[in-house]
Parts: sequence; C-alpha cells; structure tokens
Amino acid sequence: MEKPVLKGVFVNGILNENPLFRLVLGTCPSIAVSTSLTNAVGMGAAAMFVLICSNILISLLRNFIPDKVRIPCYIVVIAMFVTVVQMVLKAFVPALDEALGIFIPLIVVNCIILARAESFASKNGVAASAIDGLGMGIGFTIALMMIAFVRELLGTGSLFGVRVLPEGYPDALMFILAPGGFLVLGLLLALVNYFLSGKKKKKKKGGAH
Amino acid sequence: MEQFIRILAILLSSILVNNYVLSRFLGICPFLGVSKKVPTAMGMGMAVTFVMALASLITWLVQYYILEPLGVGYMQTIAFILVIAALVQLVEMILQKSSPALYQSLGVYLPLITTNCAVLGVAILNITEQYNLLETVINGVGAALGFTLAIVLFAGIRERMELNPAPYKALDGFPIALISASLMSVAFMGFSGLAIG
Repeated sequence: MEKPVLKGVFVNGILNENPLFRLVLGTCPSIAVSTSLTNAVGMGAAAMFVLICSNILISLLRNFIPDKVRIPCYIVVIAMFVTVVQMVLKAFVPALDEALGIFIPLIVVNCIILARAESFASKNGVAASAIDGLGMGIGFTIALMMIAFVRELLGTGSLFGVRVLPEGYPDALMFILAPGGFLVLGLLLALVNYFLSGKKKKKKKGGAH
Repeated sequence: MEQFIRILAILLSSILVNNYVLSRFLGICPFLGVSKKVPTAMGMGMAVTFVMALASLITWLVQYYILEPLGVGYMQTIAFILVIAALVQLVEMILQKSSPALYQSLGVYLPLITTNCAVLGVAILNITEQYNLLETVINGVGAALGFTLAIVLFAGIRERMELNPAPYKALDGFPIALISASLMSVAFMGFSGLAIG
C-alpha cells in the first residue's frame, strides 16, 4: 500500500506539480542562475539538498511546532540548512559559490521550499516528505536545466562551457541577459501548457515529448 | 558634494539602471503574482518600500554591531531572515491598528513580503557592497522604488492584456506575462547608458 503512494508523490513533483512549470514557484533563482548548465545543476542540487533536509526535519517536528508560529519556525529550519550549503560550497566548490553568488543565501526565500514545508511536510510522515522533497528537487533541477540549455546554447553557443555550435555562430548575448531569461521561461511555460492541454484531449498519448 | 553624487548614483542605479526586478532578478514572484491590477500593485509596492527601507537599516546595524563583534558572520542568513520576518509581522500589526482600509487591501500580501527575495537580497547586497549606513538606507529605498515602478508599469500592461486574449491558448496567463516582462526588461536596458561612475 505504502509503495505506490510514495511513487505517486515522487512523480508528482517531477510532472503534475513541477514547481517551476506547473506551480510557477521559485522564478527568481530560475531566471537568475539559468545562464549556464553548470550553474543550473549547481543551483538545482543545492535547492534539492535544502528541500529534502527541511522536509524531513519539519515532518519530524510537525507535532511539536505550535501552529501560530509555524512559518517563522519553518524559515529558521530552512535558513539553517541553507547556511550549511553556503559553508560547504565556499569550502569545496568556490567557483560555483562565486557564480551563484547572492542566490545561495536566497534559497531561504525560495517559495518552493516554504510551500512544500507548509503544504506537504507539515501534514505527512517522514518518508513521504523526504520523497516529496526529492521529487520536487528533481523537478526543479530538470526545469532549470531546460531553461539553461536554451539560454546557454543560444547565448554563448556552448553547453556546460564546451563550444558545440560552429565558430561562425554569432552569440545572441541577449539570451544570457535579463530579457532572454524572461523570454525563455515564458516560451517554455507556453510549450508545457501546449503539450499538457494536448494530453488532456487525447488521453491515450503520453506527454513524453 | 562628492558624497551627494555618490548617493545620487546609488539611487539612480537601484531604481533604473540595475532595477532589482528587471535586471537583477530579485522579487520576481510578487512581480508576477500581485500585478494583475494597478491598485494592488501600488499597495504591494508601498508595503515593500516600507519594509525594505526598515529592513536595510536594521540588518546593517545587526551585521556591524552584533554579528561582526561576536565573530559569527556565518549566521548572517539566519539573522537577516529573522529580522525581516519580525519586521513584516510588526508592519502587519501596525497597519491593522492604524489603517484598517489599507490593511484590508494589503493584508494578504504582507506575509508574502517575508519570502520576497528582493528584501533579503537588498539586505545582503548592502553588506557585500560595503555601503555605509546612509548609503544602505538610500539603496534600500531606491530598490523598493524600482520594484514599485516595475510592478505598477507591469500591472498597467497586464490590465490591458486581460482585454486582449493571447493569440494562442497555451500562451495565456504566465507565459504571455513573462514575455511582456522580457520586453519591459529590454526597455530598462536602455537605462544602462545612464550609469554614473
């Protein structure tokens, strides 16, 4: 009985309730750090770590936290794990720390994490919450990587910092700058909407584009 | 005089050149979420302005008079977010008592300010840019005014868009909003020529 439920929770975060494409949460970091695939993976991993840990801890504490002060409590828990990530990154991968800059401490106010704490971890058991964190984290990372893929490819002609387009390709710098971020996210959202609405019409065909 | 020019530069930069929403990607969640109507956007902007100016001031004091003397700089994130959360709660209580009408219209958005990354972002940037107390407050106010400017303009655009549906159904809602934000961001890039010093 337990297993299919957990699997549903896991898949939910990646597809039906993909935090970025379906719930449109966590837009700030996703536009800011999706200029290259390396940054996207780093940010995704950092957010996933915080998401899983805070979900587990909040789920463990859910019966002890008084209802009235729950939001501040959640924020302190999240801030604690973000500080851990911050210190680990500074110590072991300073290059990534430099690239993500202010967006590492800003994971604290990433709406995805608080939203999951409030709507899932505070009502469910530890295992389910951990799986939910994992699913949401992976969903967020995939979404980030999709944006970063388009932006890095068009903006610099490379992927993971390696040149893939021919030298003659003129780098469309706009995609690395702010307007490109908004544009790519908007178009990807439209694409996801398009495929999902198509899926609803003809139920048989999966949306595995 | 030199000080005055520096302050003017900070103000101009935080409102126009490095607009926190459109070129630094901070505070995009409320920018998209609370921009359907001009009056609510205005209200959100005012609430953010108030919180951001106060938060800049207090987090600066916390950093230089509590965290640094005690040598616990790594507690910055936790300390700052707690200050902001407390401030938002305070503003909420004051508004509730002093101006119920404003509270009615802003009440829903106030708790959201806690998770507005622009507020925490400004507080942290003030420290990394090593601003002094005056510059910190100016930067906080400027960032908030920039946010208000962006969100009110954007709400104006979105009100019009309500009346003219997008050409394709899939574009309706967030996608078309993001695409217009992108165009706005292009427009704001024009201000980069204004950069002083």
